Amino acid sequence: MTAKRPGTISGLSAWIDAVRHDKRAAVGAGIIVFFILLALFGPLLVGDPNDLVGVPLQPPSAQHLLGTTGQGQDVFAQLVVGTRTSLLIGFSVGLTVVLVGALIGVTAGYAGGRVDGLLSLLFNVFLVIPGLPLAIVIAAYLPSGPLTLGFVLVIAGWAWNARVLRAQTLALRNRDFVAASVVAGESGWRIVTAEILPNMTSLLVSQVIGGTVYAIGAQVGLEFLGLGDVSAVTWGTNLYWAQNDSALLTGAWWTFAPTGLCVALVGFGLTMLNSGFDEITNPRLRLERAWRAYLTARNQRPGRSTPVVAMGDDNV
Amino acid sequence: MRYILKRLGFYLLAGWVALTLNFFLPRLMPGDPATALFARFRGMLGPEALDALRETFGLTDAPLIMQYFTYLGHVLQGDLGISVAYFPSPVLDVIQGGLVWTVLLAGSALIISFVIGSLLGVAAAWWRFGRIDSLAPPLSALLGAFPYFWLAMVALYIFGFKFGWFPLGHAYSDAVTPGFNAAFIADVARHAVLPVGTVVIATIGGWLLTMRNTMVMVLGMDYVNLARAKGLSPSRVALRYAARNALIPSVTGFGMALGFVLGGSLLTEIVFSYPGQGYLLVQAVRSQDYALMQGIFLIITLAVLGANFIVDLVSLWLDPRIRETTS
Repeated sequence: MTAKRPGTISGLSAWIDAVRHDKRAAVGAGIIVFFILLALFGPLLVGDPNDLVGVPLQPPSAQHLLGTTGQGQDVFAQLVVGTRTSLLIGFSVGLTVVLVGALIGVTAGYAGGRVDGLLSLLFNVFLVIPGLPLAIVIAAYLPSGPLTLGFVLVIAGWAWNARVLRAQTLALRNRDFVAASVVAGESGWRIVTAEILPNMTSLLVSQVIGGTVYAIGAQVGLEFLGLGDVSAVTWGTNLYWAQNDSALLTGAWWTFAPTGLCVALVGFGLTMLNSGFDEITNPRLRLERAWRAYLTARNQRPGRSTPVVAMGDDNV
Repeated sequence: MRYILKRLGFYLLAGWVALTLNFFLPRLMPGDPATALFARFRGMLGPEALDALRETFGLTDAPLIMQYFTYLGHVLQGDLGISVAYFPSPVLDVIQGGLVWTVLLAGSALIISFVIGSLLGVAAAWWRFGRIDSLAPPLSALLGAFPYFWLAMVALYIFGFKFGWFPLGHAYSDAVTPGFNAAFIADVARHAVLPVGTVVIATIGGWLLTMRNTMVMVLGMDYVNLARAKGLSPSRVALRYAARNALIPSVTGFGMALGFVLGGSLLTEIVFSYPGQGYLLVQAVRSQDYALMQGIFLIITLAVLGANFIVDLVSLWLDPRIRETTS
């Protein structure tokens, strides 16, 4: 029994709603859809990115839209083919950190007591150990490849999700509908999967998006260091080769500029999607927006202390 | 006091976890770690260096638990092994050489970004729906999306390569003599502008948004209205009454952001060949200098733990509520 009231939006339908009604969410969704299509079909349209097609370090021209690399490969082809691997790792790591985070965070929040103490200690320790150096040392010992990359990114990134999901579980646990299920004699497993998790759907989805932003950025960073498979074509290795071939000191901006822009665009799109969604589902922001519209309609300017109306138990 | 002890205990525990992770990592390698490690170094290292390495990591035939204690003993004495990339310097010496540059780069970037970002956040919340408030959030989201090191590459290309305003790398030029003299300090500052600037640009949005959002909430509180009703000057209300309290979540976040910003600034160092930990780290990765790599991981982790403890003390001072709930 997911507690749904008329007019309250939750879960996946809220996302569709967000994209339909919020400008930022729409822009974000547009960017992401574009890159997903590029990842799916782009590689079919460009040639082999490893082919040596021309003179090294040629600036962009009609023949090579984004010029050539220090080895004479087509930058555009590398960019397009790199999209596929980078997005694939990004989304799967984003999903995995939330799964691991949910497993540990929800268990901690629901079980309470000593289990909670121990698990909380675990994720707090992982939160405070700097992620990138940890990921680097682990990756250096394992055979390089996408699996290693994904593994270290999950190790370095799950703790934040666990912390947030534990807090949310604690909050939900004290709600009446959970208490009712406990009294009704439902098993712990059922309460978690049928009562608690469904009420966190929107948070989980937004965490997957946030996790993907993290994963893409961190992955590009690790590959830039040479910790990925440097013979594979991904956004990170493109930048690694650009740096290694001293692209900067020869003025070959086209070998690194487009890749970084794509990384940023995907990150920006995902963040916009998330914040647009927040605007739709967060009761406080929603209320604030309504209040603002009300004032503007009456030719008044909102003051410094726009009242924040307590929403009480209404934000299930 | 109990709170401080509790936090101290937590950081000690976290430090121990990092030490233990460091011990087990080489043993994660497929196959027998000792042979795998030495196969890699054969030819590069003399037998004494191999023995030293073996000693440091406790990679002996002794039982694992004994190896573990040997390792702990060495680390506590500051013996992190011998660097392969900078043979035959001890790892600790190599790391010490780069530490000051990393602290300078990451430290000044963090502080500048925190101060300017938070002030802008206060301004955005104070002039709500004004120009800063409508422009800053999307701009921060966009800037925050760029990888730090990529921003560094672009900055280096434009301001270093194209315009030649700033040097292309390193922490200071060969022309000056290191020491406490004006020429050297000016030279270091000139070299630091681009690396620090790019980290500031990449991180400033986070502080701005956190501060803005808390400030908006605080400005709605009764005591702020009261302060205004009393006729206090706007700047006094904004800074002494609202901003001071709105700062608390930012300070808490400061500790969390520390590790993250440090990671980014390590990558930035590489772009600028800035001789800090990041640059050493990439040398270590390229020459498979495991002892150096692990030493850097350990030192960085300990530094972050220490800094987090300081942040805890600051928030204790800022927020009396912590004192009350734990005593």
